[in-house]
Amino acid sequence: MKASNRAVLMVLQNAPYVLFVVLLIVFGLMSDRFLAFNNFRNIIIQAAPIAILAIGMTFVLLIGHIDLSIGASMYLTASVLAIYLTGLPWPLGLLAVIVMAGVIGAINGAVVTRLGVASFIVTLATLFVLRGIAMWLSNTRTLMFPDPITDLNRTYFLGIPSAITAFILVFAVSWLVLHQTPFGRQVYAVGGDPEAARKAGLPVQRIVFICFVIAGICAGIGGFVSITQIGAVGPKYGDQIEFSAIAAAVLGGVSLFGGRGSVVGTVFGAILIRTVQNGLNIINADPYIYPLVTAAIIFIAVAIDGLRTRIIERLERRTIRPLEAQ
Amino acid sequence: MAKLLEVEGLTKSFFGVTVLHEVTFSLDRGEALGLVGENGSGKSTSMNILGGVHQPSAGIMRLEGTDYAPANPRAAMEAGIAFIHQELNLFPNLTIEENLFIDAFPRRSILPLIDRAQIRRRSEELLAQVDLAHKPSTSVSRLSQGERQLVEIAKALSRNARLIIFDEPTTSLTRPEVERLFAIIDRLKARGIGIIYISHALEDVMTVCDHVTVLRDGHVAGGGRTSELDLQKIISMMVGRSIDAIYPERTVKPRPDVVLEVTGLSQPGVAENITFKIHAGEVVGLAGLMGAGRSELARMLFGLDPFLHGTITIDGKELVKPTPQKAMEAGIAFLTEDRRGEGLVMDFSISDNMVLASLEDMAGALGLLDTGRIAKAAREMGASMHLSTTQVDETLVKHLSGGNQQKVVIGKWLRRAPKLFILDEPTRGIDVGAKQEVYRIINRLVEDGSAVLLISSEIEELIGLSDRILTITRGELTGEFARRDFDREAIMTAATGLAGSREAAE
Repeated sequence: MKASNRAVLMVLQNAPYVLFVVLLIVFGLMSDRFLAFNNFRNIIIQAAPIAILAIGMTFVLLIGHIDLSIGASMYLTASVLAIYLTGLPWPLGLLAVIVMAGVIGAINGAVVTRLGVASFIVTLATLFVLRGIAMWLSNTRTLMFPDPITDLNRTYFLGIPSAITAFILVFAVSWLVLHQTPFGRQVYAVGGDPEAARKAGLPVQRIVFICFVIAGICAGIGGFVSITQIGAVGPKYGDQIEFSAIAAAVLGGVSLFGGRGSVVGTVFGAILIRTVQNGLNIINADPYIYPLVTAAIIFIAVAIDGLRTRIIERLERRTIRPLEAQ
Repeated sequence: MAKLLEVEGLTKSFFGVTVLHEVTFSLDRGEALGLVGENGSGKSTSMNILGGVHQPSAGIMRLEGTDYAPANPRAAMEAGIAFIHQELNLFPNLTIEENLFIDAFPRRSILPLIDRAQIRRRSEELLAQVDLAHKPSTSVSRLSQGERQLVEIAKALSRNARLIIFDEPTTSLTRPEVERLFAIIDRLKARGIGIIYISHALEDVMTVCDHVTVLRDGHVAGGGRTSELDLQKIISMMVGRSIDAIYPERTVKPRPDVVLEVTGLSQPGVAENITFKIHAGEVVGLAGLMGAGRSELARMLFGLDPFLHGTITIDGKELVKPTPQKAMEAGIAFLTEDRRGEGLVMDFSISDNMVLASLEDMAGALGLLDTGRIAKAAREMGASMHLSTTQVDETLVKHLSGGNQQKVVIGKWLRRAPKLFILDEPTRGIDVGAKQEVYRIINRLVEDGSAVLLISSEIEELIGLSDRILTITRGELTGEFARRDFDREAIMTAATGLAGSREAAE
């Protein structure tokens, strides 16, 4: 491979990172507040809920499935917490949310594996069911959370804001699980080729089921972090957030067909999306163009990824005779 | 000492139909047994029983003297039986070492973390045993087909396999890779591992195996030491009659009108100044080693790969910047070497597959597809090619044997009445009976005035079918032989690039 080709490939391979640097420069030139340390800390804090959701989504995408119900799951678990469990100290409240969201994930996983229904359909159905239950329980009122929970937003653990602590913990554990445990490697195997995984004697159904539970648990944690930040949930809470999570993962290089990508990319994708929104905010852009710009960034990154695959294919095409200087 | 494997009176019925009748064979440690037979002769069923996929209706199996009756594939694996299937069971998105240990990762103490140091060390040992010069951390997606097979063998070794079963292991390997595989098999034998080798490539079976068992219609039709058998004998055991004329007689001679004319076709790194003609009613064979540029040339003709210089002319009309669509409109049909990947939609029925390349002819009023017309066309085509089933509407292609799948792909292209039919390895992995059917189809094609470009790794097949043979090496045509000058040695020499100049035959 020629050096110039290699350089092009390097750029394409790291397209999201290159885009990130470009954005930093552009926003940095437009506003001197953008490149401040505090601003970056805010970006990470704001990105935390989506990043945690996207990490859970990554597990499901890696096995070639999808979970559309995480936003609804956030809404239902938050509603139950606000209506019935207000007296609980926050660690128990967090635990309760995680258990509920985990059970929802388990239901998704069980239907997908036992009944063999496509996960897109199953989780679309649970999305409506969960949202329906939550609206019925809350009568679509806006529910407020007590101070002990909202105070968490201003709490520090070892000098790190609580949202960032949760973010780092979820990221570290999920990275370890995916890359350093047999289960994690088997997730990639199942996503890469389910048929081969079955023939290799891997417990495919169990692995798929566990990935849905993990997505559920991440929805619980991500939801909890977000309610500490906003303090109140209404009927639109968590609406369509699953698509932001999927976008973050895809932006970070996770394949929708399974077997490719990692949580490192996903986390980066979530931060990148948040950085764009933060930058637009700082330069006082029209709020209505936020989604357009975000969509453009996602589109560019995914288009570059497609281009990269084609270029690699061309560069790696077999040559059967020496190339002569023409 | 007891034999490594003894199979006695193995019988299997499915829903009252007996597909295996008292099959008996055995092999010793360090021996290779070739298992041959046409598709449907019972090879797969016996291997599925051996592998614990099916349970036998009667009969016993013994492994080193002890009774062996695996309840499931896992039990077979634990008993030391490993399968290397034609379609490899690896994960390209994982590394070599992860593939080797995917179902049994060693762990670090009680934590569920993978002991990376240990799998690295053990992988290095295993890869050394199969002569694979790659780091264990290399992604499998970077390996060639032959290298992936070595990974599978290493995996078998890591499970302490006593018996390794190879099912059509050479179909997607280049010749050097085949040689290397055979060397590894010899080494496995030397270590006392037993080998069962299943293949349609009978020459390979003769090279690798010490014994051969021939199956026909679920019975053992014969067998013996390979040193005491020859190909002709094995083939006649397989088909139950002696085949003198594998290649059917052709009644027509090539006509003078040129169908395909290629001049100066060049593409850096792939092809250099390729010039040849094919006439109406002529079969031109293209001989060359795998990776010599045979398939690449075919792909260029069909517009799948680009070329820098040269022209392709069909019936006197130049194909400018060909695409598959333009090539098809000009009357070219192309049977790819990978029928699973490129030629067929496995989940479609036979009739849906057959009309796939000619859908526009199947539309009636308003441009809607006429299902009656489709079914009729598919039934006629199926009957004319002796397809194994007449249920062309209901049978899914994935349920057909390799030979019948191949007939469906060919049938798909025949519907377009091609002027030029490019056939890339049309008989690979299919049995003798289906092969003959393919040969008859080729004859019918040229009798109807089509031109055929036939690519094959089997020199005998090229000699049996072609009017002319071209040899290709490293993307260059190195020889041309007319039918009366056909000589195995000379063609092989030209195809391996040993002969220097192009020998003019006319």
